Amino acid sequence: MGEDVKVGCAMPTGELLGEEGEKNKEEKIIKNTPKEAPMIKVGQKAPDFTAPAYHKGKFTSVKLSDYLGKWIVLCFYPGDFTFV
Amino acid sequence: MSVDSVFVHKMWNDNELSKMVDGGIPFPMLSDGGGKVGTIYGIYDENAGIETRGRFIIDPDGVIQGYEVLTPPVGRNVSESIRQIQAFQLVRESKGTQATPSGWQPGKMTLKPGPDLVGKVWEVWKTEMAYEK
Repeated sequence: MGEDVKVGCAMPTGELLGEEGEKNKEEKIIKNTPKEAPMIKVGQKAPDFTAPAYHKGKFTSVKLSDYLGKWIVLCFYPGDFTFV
Repeated sequence: MSVDSVFVHKMWNDNELSKMVDGGIPFPMLSDGGGKVGTIYGIYDENAGIETRGRFIIDPDGVIQGYEVLTPPVGRNVSESIRQIQAFQLVRESKGTQATPSGWQPGKMTLKPGPDLVGKVWEVWKTEMAYEK
């Protein structure tokens, strides 16, 4: 999964940032099922995901955990071409 | 990140946003059709099929330090987000020995929590400081 594979749609990986591997295997099923997802809490690891992106004239794919080691601002908004 | 496709992101950036920001949007514009990511972050509005204005500050270890969620008609205050990041960075660099009181701005006084400060905050921090620019 670490290669430059084109993602068709955004997808939670089921992992938490900086905690890949064995530990989360059981939780993975739950985390991939949005309705069962736990509430986001400050002081806890952010859920990882991959998502298609438009960046500087190119279509690409972004994995949140690729930004580990940096400060991240993740912003959601209602829609392109909306006014605010 | 929004539920729009990367194709719509391209059109919005190329035709409108690049007229507001020189060179266009410098960071990746992410697409979350169906709102799967928005759902796990708790900001996806299933009825409207859109994502509300969620903003998450995540530190270099992947820990969420803060978030804010607004309904669509009210925009964010970017300066406040930057101020919060600067405050979290200061706390992190001090390894938790310093804390930033209400209204803190870069260069302003911090607090050093410890036995000597208990009951003495009123001596060093005044309520007006919460409103300083």
